[in-house]
Amino acid sequence: MLKDITIGQYFPGTSIIHKLDPRVKIVVVAMFIASLFFVTSFWPYVLIVAFIGTIISVAKLPLKFIIKGLKPLMFIILITFAINLFLTKGEVLLELGPLTITKEGLRQSVFMALRLVFLITGTSLLTLTTSPIALTDGIERLLSPFKKIGLPAHELAMMMTIALRFIPTLLEETDKIMKAQMARGADFESGNILNRAKNLVPLLVPLFINAFRRADELATAMEARCYRGGDGRTRLNELKFRSRDYVVLASMVVFFGLIISTRYLVS
Amino acid sequence: MNEDIMIKIENVSFEYSSFIDESIQLAVKDLSLDVIRGEFLVVLGHNGSGKSTLAKMINGLIMPSKGEIFVNGLNTRDEDKIWDIRSTAGMVFQNPDNQIVATIVEEDVAFGPENLGIPQRELRKRVDDALETVEMTEYKNHAPHLLSGGQKQRVAIAGILAMEPDCIIFDEPTAMLDPVGRLEVMDTIKKLNKEKGKTIILITHFMDEAVEADRVMVLNEGEAVMLGTPKEIFRQVERLKELGLDVPQVTELVFELNNEGYTFRDDVLSVEELVNLL
Ligand SMILES: Nc1ncnc2c1ncn2[C@@H]1O[C@H](COP(=O)(O)OP(=O)(O)O)[C@@H](O)[C@H]1O
Ligand SMILES: [Mg+2]
Repeated sequence: MLKDITIGQYFPGTSIIHKLDPRVKIVVVAMFIASLFFVTSFWPYVLIVAFIGTIISVAKLPLKFIIKGLKPLMFIILITFAINLFLTKGEVLLELGPLTITKEGLRQSVFMALRLVFLITGTSLLTLTTSPIALTDGIERLLSPFKKIGLPAHELAMMMTIALRFIPTLLEETDKIMKAQMARGADFESGNILNRAKNLVPLLVPLFINAFRRADELATAMEARCYRGGDGRTRLNELKFRSRDYVVLASMVVFFGLIISTRYLVS
Repeated sequence: MNEDIMIKIENVSFEYSSFIDESIQLAVKDLSLDVIRGEFLVVLGHNGSGKSTLAKMINGLIMPSKGEIFVNGLNTRDEDKIWDIRSTAGMVFQNPDNQIVATIVEEDVAFGPENLGIPQRELRKRVDDALETVEMTEYKNHAPHLLSGGQKQRVAIAGILAMEPDCIIFDEPTAMLDPVGRLEVMDTIKKLNKEKGKTIILITHFMDEAVEADRVMVLNEGEAVMLGTPKEIFRQVERLKELGLDVPQVTELVFELNNEGYTFRDDVLSVEELVNLL
């Protein structure tokens, strides 16, 4: 049941994309997102599609994985599409009762829907090709310059690691409690929203109590293993920039620089 | 201080105030004990007898209200030495799920020595050696939540081993495991004692796990009421039952037979010994 949920789904592999330093990948995705917001015409989308397509094929990611990632967000994409379609003013193409579709609306809705699709796909490429631990390591190292102004980079990364570590454990536990309650006649699937919410109480209470007990025990175990924050800690797998990381980073800066500049070239 | 003493516990008490009437209660009462280097000590006692409290005091997680504890000659009250104490006397807890920190087995094993600031090359060696010792090398890149209970507990043990402690305290490490997992973990613990020369303090309420100890200490209401070799302890079947404890199955059998008029020796602990007698 609940175990089927895959969070931050990682698709293991040995491609160059998988092996890139997570910091490079995070920075590239940030540039990717930024460039999407700079693009104002359709034709740079060709470059974006080429970028996404290249990564998918080099990393050998199955397309159905990508499409599966889009499904839960389909609703948001459709809403965005509809709002832009009906609410943009301009040259009227079609009137459906109170709703009007304009030429500008049609263009804008397709444009915005594509932007969302690219946004979701691009970011999922990061989590699909980067293991959670590499991702948190990358975030910690990228944020560490901001420690001076009081940003708790190590603590944030440690919290993410522990969350990722305990999500499967807690899901398993939810599953177990749910089954135990169902065996005693609890019903989580029918009735109106109020009833369903009420039925969740006997599920959530033991879950919360257990979660607090777990947190307490984990904190003790971490202390027993000499944990005292990030200072002076060494790492088993230290992140290291290799030549491929420099090459990829440099070419991506040029590539996205180009895409961003299209906004100012064509006007 | 005597070189052969790993842990010295001197007249230690631990007080806490009761939830009900705020009165002062004692979880551990005036307990003294020398744990000898290289020995396998088992601590028995029913629930609430103060076993975990004692273990946490040895590890410097809580401080005694009275008395002193020395680990390798270091007083647990010495805040500058607390990390030395915790890496000298490592601790494995009951629930393997709640002591594994990382999402990959080898990353978790590395957690302790990473905290100690061990340089990377040595870190790699320690992690590989520790996984080898607990026979989990082939799982080093697995996600811990997909392992069996016994495997998870062995990963937790590797995580302590990688800190290279002289002594390991196990607080009911098999209580949440199935019989197979229990055997795996017990075999690992014995191996650490016999082959690696680690001092072991094993807290348990499975009597069968105490049979192979060098010494057994029985706690009751925070007091050390019995201390001796397994043979000396388990022949006192009635005394143990008064304290709410069982005896190993074989001992129980011999005790019942003797009650029926047989005259077997009363210090039989294992099936082999019994077979030899018969
Ligand atoms: N800080 C505390 N607050 C309340 N009760 C405590 C505290 N510390 C220990 N106790 C009590 O002390 C007794 C011994 O606990 P513990 O050492 O966990 O026993 P064991 O591990 O042998 O089951 C228990 O009755 C426990 O409730
Ligand atoms: Mg206990």
